[in-house]
Amino acid sequence: MATLGDYLIVSGILFTIGFAGTMLRRNIIIILMSLELMFNAANLSLVAFSRFHTGTNGLPNYNAQVFVFFIITVAAAEVAVGLAIVVALYRARQTTHIEDIANLKF
Amino acid sequence: MQLILFWAFALLTLVFGGGVVINRNPVASALNLVVSFLGLAALFMLLDAFFIGVIQVLIYAGAVMVLFLFIIMLFNLRAEKLRRINWPAAAGGIAVAIAFLSQVFYVVGRFKPAQQRFPPLTGSKIDDVHNIGRLLFDSYNLPFQIIGVLVLVASIGVIVLSTRQLR
Repeated sequence: MATLGDYLIVSGILFTIGFAGTMLRRNIIIILMSLELMFNAANLSLVAFSRFHTGTNGLPNYNAQVFVFFIITVAAAEVAVGLAIVVALYRARQTTHIEDIANLKF
Repeated sequence: MQLILFWAFALLTLVFGGGVVINRNPVASALNLVVSFLGLAALFMLLDAFFIGVIQVLIYAGAVMVLFLFIIMLFNLRAEKLRRINWPAAAGGIAVAIAFLSQVFYVVGRFKPAQQRFPPLTGSKIDDVHNIGRLLFDSYNLPFQIIGVLVLVASIGVIVLSTRQLR
């Protein structure tokens, strides 16, 4: 059976992949996808700790899973708003490349 | 058996997660992301979090990815042309990522409970939808309602953003 450390390492590597994607890619849609990867890495370590802190009643600590539920809801709302902003930008500028949208004021 | 499954799904998640970043075509990136999310849902289920695994499949692999693919199809994006790479920025990004990763390895290596296995679940009824639902409506009732308002605000915001013409 895998240990807690294995899950934490996988979560850390997944977060790093998401972080590298945010830093290196220049397409705004791919940057949003990398943000989702980072959210999911955080969720994985939360669920791993939830399972690790099994209480005296022999059940996982469900507080962390409720927290993950909230994170997933907020992430879905964030994606909806983010993609709406991308659509508005694309209609104004016809590009999704972030170096073409470098001006703060239009 | 569980160890083999863990490493198989962890490898699936990480390889396809890397594919999201490496692929030059946005459609391929989005499809890689779906597989990565499915692997992650399997990891949640290996951790006995069946409810979280199911909503991971429903919301991420279902709703969020359809939204991404819809936007990509709407823009008719093709593989982006290779532009001049901003080398200092790329090197900085890679350096920060490597520093973060080595820090994670260092901290997890020194974290004593990380070497322990997960304690067995001995509860008489492991019914996690029931338990999460009770906790959500008993202890987290106010945050739950605030989340509802947040989703409402987000949907109104999306409608406003998509109807107004940006100059």
